[in-house]
Amino acid sequence: MGEQVPATAVTERGAGPLGASLPPAVRMTGITKRFPGVLANDGVSFEAASGEVHALLGENGAGKTTLSNILTGLYRQDEGEIELWGERVRFHSPRDALDAGICMVHQHFRLVEPFSVAENVVLGDHRGEGRRVLLRTAATEQRVDELSERYGLAVNPKAKIWQLSIGEQQRVEILKALYREARILIMDEPTAVLTPQEADTLFGTLRTMADEGKTVIFISHKLHEVKAVADRVTVLRGGRTVTTVDAAPATLQSLATLMVGREIEVAKPLEQARQLSDVRMLEVDGLTVPGDRGETAVDGVSFSIREGEIVGVAGVAGNGQRELAEAVSGMRDIRSGSIQVAGRRLRGGDPRAAILAGVAHVPEDRLGTGLAPSLSVTSNVVIKTYRTRSLSRGPLLALRRMRETAVGIIGRYDVKTPGPGTPVRNLSGGNLQKLVLGREFADDPLVLVVAQPTRGLDVGAIETVHSYLRDAAAKGVAILLMSEDLDEIRALADRILVIYEGSIVGELPAGSASVEEIGLLMAGGTRE
Amino acid sequence: MKLERRLSQPWWLSVAVPVGSLVVAFAVMGVILALTGHDPGETYRKIVEAGFTGNGALSATLISATPILFTGLAAAVAFRMQLFNIGAEGQLYLGAIGASWIALQFGDRDVTSTPLFVVAMCAAAAALGALWALIPGVLRAFARTNEIITSLMLNYVAGLLLTYLIFDSSSYWRDTSTLQARSFPQGKPMPDASNWPTFGSSVVVPLGFLIGLAAALVVWVLYSRMRFGFEVGVMADSPRAARYAGMRTRRKILAVMALSGAIAGIGGASQIGDFTYTLDGSPTGLQAAAFGYTGIVVAALARYNPFAVCLVAVLIGGLLNAGYTLQGPDFPSGLVGVMQGIILFCALGGELLLRYRLRIRRPRTVNPVAEAAS
Repeated sequence: MGEQVPATAVTERGAGPLGASLPPAVRMTGITKRFPGVLANDGVSFEAASGEVHALLGENGAGKTTLSNILTGLYRQDEGEIELWGERVRFHSPRDALDAGICMVHQHFRLVEPFSVAENVVLGDHRGEGRRVLLRTAATEQRVDELSERYGLAVNPKAKIWQLSIGEQQRVEILKALYREARILIMDEPTAVLTPQEADTLFGTLRTMADEGKTVIFISHKLHEVKAVADRVTVLRGGRTVTTVDAAPATLQSLATLMVGREIEVAKPLEQARQLSDVRMLEVDGLTVPGDRGETAVDGVSFSIREGEIVGVAGVAGNGQRELAEAVSGMRDIRSGSIQVAGRRLRGGDPRAAILAGVAHVPEDRLGTGLAPSLSVTSNVVIKTYRTRSLSRGPLLALRRMRETAVGIIGRYDVKTPGPGTPVRNLSGGNLQKLVLGREFADDPLVLVVAQPTRGLDVGAIETVHSYLRDAAAKGVAILLMSEDLDEIRALADRILVIYEGSIVGELPAGSASVEEIGLLMAGGTRE
Repeated sequence: MKLERRLSQPWWLSVAVPVGSLVVAFAVMGVILALTGHDPGETYRKIVEAGFTGNGALSATLISATPILFTGLAAAVAFRMQLFNIGAEGQLYLGAIGASWIALQFGDRDVTSTPLFVVAMCAAAAALGALWALIPGVLRAFARTNEIITSLMLNYVAGLLLTYLIFDSSSYWRDTSTLQARSFPQGKPMPDASNWPTFGSSVVVPLGFLIGLAAALVVWVLYSRMRFGFEVGVMADSPRAARYAGMRTRRKILAVMALSGAIAGIGGASQIGDFTYTLDGSPTGLQAAAFGYTGIVVAALARYNPFAVCLVAVLIGGLLNAGYTLQGPDFPSGLVGVMQGIILFCALGGELLLRYRLRIRRPRTVNPVAEAAS
């Protein structure tokens, strides 16, 4: 393979103050990474200095995660060089990257649930405490305590991971990095699981780390966060580096334009309450729903949605939103309470009954639940309607009419596909979502349950999906919208419900609700 | 060099890969034959002759092909829904038990119409085979047990039941009319009218084979043109999507297992009506033929396509048949097994190339930008 020095050892450990004379902490040049059918990184260059919070901004699919996976040794680049503090390195495994002082906090945490915080912190620390045959638990716990105090990461070192909230688990991940004396910390979309207040606390911690000379690489596609926390911003688009700019003079609009490559409107909350009819399309009363492990995931929830109204459910991930959506759409059994659609009570846990009653559902998991991945676009378009009289003659399928229906939806909802026979697995996320929405709208539903409608989509597709949802509401569909993206809820919803630990803890009209107010409720109504 | 998942499959590949696999198999086998002192060309000529072109060879091949046509279809029907019914073996025994019972009953009542026998034997066999398959089906649908284990284990139960009926009991099926029959256990002979007719003179086609072809057609219509097959396709690909779309998953599991068992059961009826004319309880008889397990291989090679199952059943039938002919003092039966194994191995290995492709990468080119920077 050539002349590269397999040097992973970084000799000098003295992290000096920010200075022009020092080489940057990270310099990646000409990084190219190919996957079958995808060029994930195409000659990306990236530089981050010691002592700065550097944001990596880009849409989904821009190559941010691939780049950070290369920097942490999970992937190996096909082409390009990595230098740390001026020394060229070549990682053969994630351990090499750890040894070089790079730690990453992934979107999905890498924690062992039955272990305590302290145990998780020493786990995998193969140079120090983790090498010992007998763990000195007390010493580790003390060290964890010191670190959490210094960086404002309140967490009990004796607690087991499963007892912790998602926000606390994230702190444990950061503590792991600090314990290993990481000098470069990568945070991948860290705020998706946090309330706005928790996010602010996190930003404080990251600032402290940067002030001590560490490098924090903050991956995000949320503009205001990037603006709030970063010193500099590197924008990726389509697997290439667009530019690196200072965060302070940049505006949300200028960052958005860089990220998307064209002028876009930054989503604004609805300013005026729309006129709505008084017909209650969906009424949920005292609904209690079990979670996957039999725990109570939704606890006595009551609300109603009127004809043409969009009700957004805000909450930190894992507070019962998914279970609520699944219960209303019949995917999940209900323990008690009732769901009524246009005055008719739904049988719980029966998706077919929900469909027949006029409930459409855009599930969180598009490919796998909303769509059967290996089946054709046509099959997926008729997946709910194949049994209706227009698409089958007795037990026989009307194949031609199925195909015509699919072609109709492809055209009307602008789904980009080579043809109706293509397996949906080959479609992009945005087109998958358009397909699901098109199919769900085609049946003239009374109620639409939408979960995370724009997760993983690029800005163009997000705009389209939002406009489809607004159109549906204008036609009188009652929409229950679950989203982890508060901006999305504020941009679409007429009314906002806040869910916390399975209960609705607040209801606010969208126009007047402030982010702070919603955030406080999302955290359970108490300031931490 | 590395394996990559194919994003799309060109149409010609599904023909080229099986043909190519066969060519490779014969090439590899040629080397082994040469090493063991046999002339590969001569051996292959003998196989073709004994299996297909020789005098009466095709008739013998169809006899071998008939049961594995049924079990192959039975496996294909279930596997297409990702329901791994390994129990065609036992379901076939149960079919044979059911068919022989109704034939003996009709014989006792002096029924003489052969068509009536055929219909009744098929119906009884299908019912019993379906019931046997429903045991793992119900367990899977309502208790989420793994149908591979349960259906496999039931094969042993069915085999022991078969042996018990003839060897260890004075059951209705056992012939106890003569002293000899009492000391050397055997099944009662079926009434003459229960013997299924054959068709053709130069090539003798058993009725069972024709019923198998008809079953293949029915399966194709069911799976490609009907709502039943559409639902099976969705459930196979994503059970969650099927539930989401309001499909009745449990019912479908039961229906598919019953259908699979019924087809295997009719295979058992065909054994009685077409070939053995008695219930063969010997552990070295029907049970040693392992039709059920060969059927799984047939289904896999046919990629679960019912028409391809017909073709593959005849090919494998010919190979099995040629194997019997080849065996002799200078050609050990083990070598026949090796040959059949290699063909199957190559054919199944070829499947990998359908879904993945080999990419040979040129040595890494040094990026000029990076070079300049460093």
